[in-house]
Amino acid sequence: MRRDAQAVILLLVGGGMLRLAWTGDYLDYVKPYAFWLIVPAGVLLVAVAAITGVQAWKDRADSGDGHGHGEPKVAWLLLAPVVGMLLVAPDALGSYEAERTGTVVGAEESRSSYPELPDDVDPVPLTLLDYAARAIFDEGQTLEGHRIQLRGFILYEGDEPQLARMVVSCCAADARPVKIGFDWASSNSDVPADLEPDQWVEVVGEYSPRQGRDEINGELVPYIEVESITGIPAPDNEYQ
Amino acid sequence: MTHSSVPMPHNEAVSADLADTDAPAAERPPRARRRGLTSIEALGLLLVFGLTARPGLTDLFAAPAAQAWAARFVAVCVQAFPFLVLGVALSAAISAFVPAGFFHKAVPKRTALAVPVAGVAGAVLPACECASVPVAGALVRRGVAPAAAFTFMLASPAINPIVVVSTFVAFPGNPEMVAARVCASLVAAVGIGWLWAKLGKTEWLRLPEHRHHDDGKWAAYWAAIRHDFLHAGGYLVIGAAIAASLNTLVPETWLAPIADSPVLGVLALAVLAVLVSICSESDAFVAASLTQFSPTAKLAFMVVGPFIDVKLAAMQAGTFGRRFAARFAPAAFLAALAAAALMGVVWL
Repeated sequence: MRRDAQAVILLLVGGGMLRLAWTGDYLDYVKPYAFWLIVPAGVLLVAVAAITGVQAWKDRADSGDGHGHGEPKVAWLLLAPVVGMLLVAPDALGSYEAERTGTVVGAEESRSSYPELPDDVDPVPLTLLDYAARAIFDEGQTLEGHRIQLRGFILYEGDEPQLARMVVSCCAADARPVKIGFDWASSNSDVPADLEPDQWVEVVGEYSPRQGRDEINGELVPYIEVESITGIPAPDNEYQ
Repeated sequence: MTHSSVPMPHNEAVSADLADTDAPAAERPPRARRRGLTSIEALGLLLVFGLTARPGLTDLFAAPAAQAWAARFVAVCVQAFPFLVLGVALSAAISAFVPAGFFHKAVPKRTALAVPVAGVAGAVLPACECASVPVAGALVRRGVAPAAAFTFMLASPAINPIVVVSTFVAFPGNPEMVAARVCASLVAAVGIGWLWAKLGKTEWLRLPEHRHHDDGKWAAYWAAIRHDFLHAGGYLVIGAAIAASLNTLVPETWLAPIADSPVLGVLALAVLAVLVSICSESDAFVAASLTQFSPTAKLAFMVVGPFIDVKLAAMQAGTFGRRFAARFAPAAFLAALAAAALMGVVWL
């Protein structure tokens, strides 16, 4: 590989990372804090590309030869993530993955404290993981008497629609869902038939003592007594 | 990319054809072998590829499984590249600016002593395993005994402060887990170092050559960053593709029956750590979420992961040569597994 081709690859990798950071699409793949890793790394790669390009150009002016010392051919593979970042630009993981992966709530089992929810907020917005942990490991004690607001996407466990959100610890490669069932018992309406997989919804409701089990890993799935369910646009950061 | 297997609307067939012919051309240009590709040609090809391939690529990756695979692949790359950049920037600084005599003074003469010192010194590099591999390569090149460099490479991603804190956060109220992780990782890393000192052969190592630069230290610095990133990055991409494939293809339901057996559970999570290739800075959170498994199994996941996984094996093969990687990977796996089992009995 010649040195000027190397400069192009470095520029594409660095530029691709900077573009992900600029557009905010990086949130589909990594945690928000990774912004502060991606940007300096991207800037450094672009700088190395620039220096390499200038040197190659200078050397060519000197000797008419921009040869690259037979640098590694494996470097061409770096074009694959560039194509992935810039051209394929895959969406954040959603219902397809969530339906094939067990709910993740067990990670919260060792949590020691469940602070009281505020009384002056109604409904109280909670993350799905927080709701599930309070419902399962604290038997909903801190949830009783509050209206709760949850945001997530729809997936189907068999015929049953559930609310889910992907929990990411490092990057999307380790994304695992937390799932919550809908308890329609007290709601006046029937189960809405128009819940599409991957559709983002905001659910307002109250704690339900009902629990189910995830068929994949046998973990408990808590339920929420649905008062209302409304479609919302997907948030910038689809993961938690 | 085959034509027959991808159903394509008629009007996009042309661009898809272009995509098919351009993709291999852009990645493995036949002419590169003889005289290389100029940047203008490379840019031109990429531009054509970018303009024509998008509809074809969108079709190809329309299936949910392909989308999920691509998301994971890009995710592993985007997460790992910054740490790789940090690693190659550090290793280039070691190559270019640290005088050759420095490590002779700093590292104990006797390898048996240098190995544990290198292990503890691993705590100073607050980065994950993608960074420690190129740094270890630079240390070997600078004349540090390979045994000590490998111990540093293995210990650093497992015992540095960031990893210790994240493990502590992932296992609240369970400091034994942190202690067990640090102990097991250090013991296994030092064990591997001593094992290399006794049995390792230098001819297994094939470090990619660095050329001497007469233009001064800065020229050498930038050249080393460029070379190391392109080299290790290429291998990282192979590892990321394998990890994304395994994550997408291996169904989680396989794990459930294994979790009940204590011995199989430990083995299963050790193998899982190799397959999923999670960064050591956050593997504790993933380990904590595998609640069906015993604490020792989770410990094995966290000790094996930073030592060896598919992404690391690919990078080690690139940095130190394939003959090295073929011997080092199984040894590192077994040492980590044994240390985790031992510390699991002691601490958990």
